[in-house]
Amino acid sequence: MPAIAETLDTVQQITGSTYKYGFETDIEMEFAPRGLNEAIVRLISEKKGEPEWLLAWRLKSFAAWQKMEEPNWARVKHPPIDYNDLYYYAAPKRPAPKSLADVDPDLLAMYEKLGIPLNERASLAGVAVDAVFDSVSVATTFRESLSKVGVIFCSISEAVREHPELVRKYLGSVVPAGDNYFTALNSAVFSDGSFVFIPRGVRCPMELSTYFRINARNTGQFERTLIIAEEGASVSYLEGCTAPMRDENQLHAAVVELVALDEAKIKYSTVQNWYPGDAQGRGGIYNFVTKRGACRGANSKISWTQVETGSAITWKYPSCILQGEGSVGEFYSVAVTNNHQQADTGTKMIHLGANTSSTIIAKGISAGQSNNTYRGLVRIMPNARNARNFTQCDSLLIGDRCGAHTVPYIECRNPTGKVEHEATTSKIADDQLFYCRSRGLSEEDSVGLIVNGFCKDVLKELPMEFAVEAQKLLAVSLEGSVG
Amino acid sequence: MLEIKNLSARIDDKEILRGIDLVVPQGEIHAIMGPNGAGKSTLSYVLSGRDGYEVTGGTATLNGVDLLAMAPEERAAAGVFLAFQYPVELPGVGNANFIRTALNAILRARGEPELDAVAFLKRARAEIKRLAMPEDMLKRNVNVGFSGGEKKRNEVLQMALLRPRIAILDETDSGLDIDALKIVADGVNALRGPDFSALVITHYQRLLDHIVPDYVHVLANGRIVRSGGPELAHELEAHGYAGLEAA
Amino acid sequence: MSDLLANLPGRHLEAWHYTDLKALKSFAFAAPAPAAIDSALLPDLAMNRIVFVNGFLDEALSVLPAWARLSSHEATKSDLPLAILNAQHRQAGIAIDIPDDVDAGAILLISISQAGAPIALFPRHRISLGRNAKLTLIDIAQGEGVYWHNPVSEISLADAAQLSHYRLQDEAEAAFHTATIFADIAASAAYESFSLVLGGQLSRAEFHARLGGAGADIHLNAAQLLAGTQHADFTSVVSHDAPHCASRQTVKSVLAGHSRGVFQGRIEVARAAQKTDGYQMNQALLLSPHAEIDSKPELEIFADDVKCSHGATIGALDPEQIFYLRSRGIPEPEARAMLIRAFIDEALAPVTHDQARALLERAIEGAWSKLVS
Ligand SMILES: Nc1ncnc2c1ncn2[C@@H]1O[C@H](COP(=O)(O)OP(=O)(O)O)[C@@H](O)[C@H]1O
Ligand SMILES: [Mg+2]
Repeated sequence: MPAIAETLDTVQQITGSTYKYGFETDIEMEFAPRGLNEAIVRLISEKKGEPEWLLAWRLKSFAAWQKMEEPNWARVKHPPIDYNDLYYYAAPKRPAPKSLADVDPDLLAMYEKLGIPLNERASLAGVAVDAVFDSVSVATTFRESLSKVGVIFCSISEAVREHPELVRKYLGSVVPAGDNYFTALNSAVFSDGSFVFIPRGVRCPMELSTYFRINARNTGQFERTLIIAEEGASVSYLEGCTAPMRDENQLHAAVVELVALDEAKIKYSTVQNWYPGDAQGRGGIYNFVTKRGACRGANSKISWTQVETGSAITWKYPSCILQGEGSVGEFYSVAVTNNHQQADTGTKMIHLGANTSSTIIAKGISAGQSNNTYRGLVRIMPNARNARNFTQCDSLLIGDRCGAHTVPYIECRNPTGKVEHEATTSKIADDQLFYCRSRGLSEEDSVGLIVNGFCKDVLKELPMEFAVEAQKLLAVSLEGSVG
Repeated sequence: MLEIKNLSARIDDKEILRGIDLVVPQGEIHAIMGPNGAGKSTLSYVLSGRDGYEVTGGTATLNGVDLLAMAPEERAAAGVFLAFQYPVELPGVGNANFIRTALNAILRARGEPELDAVAFLKRARAEIKRLAMPEDMLKRNVNVGFSGGEKKRNEVLQMALLRPRIAILDETDSGLDIDALKIVADGVNALRGPDFSALVITHYQRLLDHIVPDYVHVLANGRIVRSGGPELAHELEAHGYAGLEAA
Repeated sequence: MSDLLANLPGRHLEAWHYTDLKALKSFAFAAPAPAAIDSALLPDLAMNRIVFVNGFLDEALSVLPAWARLSSHEATKSDLPLAILNAQHRQAGIAIDIPDDVDAGAILLISISQAGAPIALFPRHRISLGRNAKLTLIDIAQGEGVYWHNPVSEISLADAAQLSHYRLQDEAEAAFHTATIFADIAASAAYESFSLVLGGQLSRAEFHARLGGAGADIHLNAAQLLAGTQHADFTSVVSHDAPHCASRQTVKSVLAGHSRGVFQGRIEVARAAQKTDGYQMNQALLLSPHAEIDSKPELEIFADDVKCSHGATIGALDPEQIFYLRSRGIPEPEARAMLIRAFIDEALAPVTHDQARALLERAIEGAWSKLVS
């Protein structure tokens, strides 16, 4: 204990400067009027030149949303959100770029600064990026090389225009508009996001990634991502997120839908580093996200990996509907909360088909005065013969003012099902710290090392290019608590 | 007398036993040797009635009674005992209670009077002593937390108490040190007599130094490819199984 | 008692997500009337006994210990819907007060319901142990007919007191049983409990235990043996409010037929409760394709220097084990019974009292036929 208390003091002094993505970019923006009503929904649809059916879908969602109430079962607290005090559409004024060459140089510079070069020559080898800035996609790299193998990777707005039949077929088919309060809201006002289509038998030749950035003030971001992997296709996709430091809270309510047909594999990784608010709990993103994958085909596989270090509030349960026989769902999660952050995150594994299996590995790290909750559902339905689930949830508490909570729901309706759930709670033991320090490591490095070890089972699931980044992020996120 | 005629069996769609012929007359001890994956354990499971095996042809009888038609517990009552290659753990089931329940079920099935707890314990303690096993073996849960050697010895203890007509020992010697090996062998030898026969599955000559078999058979590729006297085991020890599988 | 069913907790409440009380609404429950019972219904236990029949103390059949008296004490305030209902309609219950340093031995508390027409019972019992006092309480509920038994027990243990509380819920097949138990456990006191759940069409046992003093200790074990269309819910909240306390919980659910078992367990560790040692395990054995288990083991932790773990496993009987037993001559039904008995054995660990143990073993024995058929 004394060792930790000491570190608390030393590190307390360097707080405030820890969120290195907190800058604001001055780009000329176009906003829809503040507030939310039918006219705004129509305006967003019109701005994007959408077909009639999509407008109708948005309006229906909006009508449904108006009748719904914000969910209150999660272990998060926040002052009421005034949905009429937000901008629902913000886009850079420059006309939409036709190619990378047309992208606003200021924007390119901002993405450089975030470590996401959009210039294809300078970019990370083998990673295609779709960059979403507030409400619109500003650039997508490597489109040409991808289209050669039939992979479609573009913004969802563009997909609506170019591939309406695909969007219409799959949009809302995994997460119905009325699924919950935030999906209804998103379905009404979603602005942009990524669209990925991997045709039958194709292994996507590179990592795909989307980089989300909230920049404008008082703006909600409501992106929508749709990934379809046809029979035998496979893809690895990564999203990253940042936002400037601001004193007010900003809303992010995204929806992600994945569809995997027979033998298809989708790996979806998230490094979520939205602005978490300051040490006093001012500001930060409210991250209310619905992510769900449907393993529709036999032996399909959907794997979610998330490293959640940002946001003032995280409300997020990436899920798998295991419908196809022998399909596999995985959820690997690290959630770090510090200062006054609140995370209520986990997964749902719904076993419908025979021989389906799921694995859940969730690591929660709480520091400061934060609360970190794992909430997960494992449901084995009557037809899911020989279904298997293994769940391991571990919590690590750093300091004695935070909370760590584990709320699993396990429902089994088939005797051939086998479900195992384990959870532990611990702290960094003094002798572990001492051992590292006696070998010459600083206390901060020791904590970093131990935390990384604690998260190893999850971090190793990240695409290699991002694993190192994620490790650094963990250390940074815990700055101001111990290391 | 155990009589196996042209016995074939498969798991799923995989043919494992391909026409086994084997006769073990009362009072004799036969050894079965053979390479890994030959089907030795499969044969022992098929004889004792484990689920998951489909007998596709042939017969197996004990003293003229069809074994294959019986449930596992009926075979046990008829006198079949399998010492498992991998004994199963039964958490929460006390060893003494387990063996006594089994013994009484067998006695009941044979229309013989059951043994009360006191009489059973007396007998069990005597066996434990003879087999030089720790006394607490009876108190512990069946095979839970037992070392590999203890598990094998527990199989022998059960055999000694259940007194089968035909005992099938599936690699009961693997993983045993020399002392334990002797104990196991003594256990089998103690049962030797006109009403007892055994099928001893092993890889090693050294067990057969202690339990001298009347015959040795080589099982390869689902068939008995060679049979002979005890000297065959020495030959195998010296030259291995090479060349036998084709036979 | 017409307003009875107006304020039942609904499934929209998180705590009632898995248990629906609406089946109660198909009955018009009346207030109970005294009845006479055959003394042969009482278990043969050599100890003091407190016998309630239809919620009335049967003085003839009871052998009251010196520390027990009939009492209609004030109900402690609670915001639990069923405890509130109990308080509103409460009947006199037993008050047991064991003075400091007294070892009160064992007491049988049995509640027998004889319902011609549907009746509802709302007894409220209080059990208090003084410093260093000791008691074994065997707590049985049984009956016949359609009735709703909604007892509340308020238990308090002073420093270093020890209560062993063995509950046998063996209500009538058509009965409803919803028991709430509050336990307040002071420093170095120990509350050991085991609940055997056998009867009732719909039942719930809900424990709210508070470890309020350093070194307090609790065991909250249970076994549910259900068949037919039975629904049984075991819900517990253990609040660690003081340092160096230990809580242990092993709940086993054996589910046959179309039955449904529910386990909701929460361990709460307050900031002050450093060095907490908490363990919680729910294991379910599904014996039929129509049975269902819903399990929600929950941890809520605000102290950093604690050791808390929980687990849940669900599965069927292991065919390897069944084969092993059968290969030794044990017939299949017996082999299954042995494995089921072994499965619940761990939960019985706190039952150290010989007579209680024998009674529970017999009750378990009696449940085989419904599980193994
Ligand atoms: N449950 C099973 N499913 C599929 N194949 C099996 C199974 N059990 C055994 N086998 C196969 O059957 C063959 C014989 O196995 P076994 O009888 O265990 O050999 P041995 O005991 O002689 O080493 C092996 O090829 C093994 O892989
Ligand atoms: Mg073998």
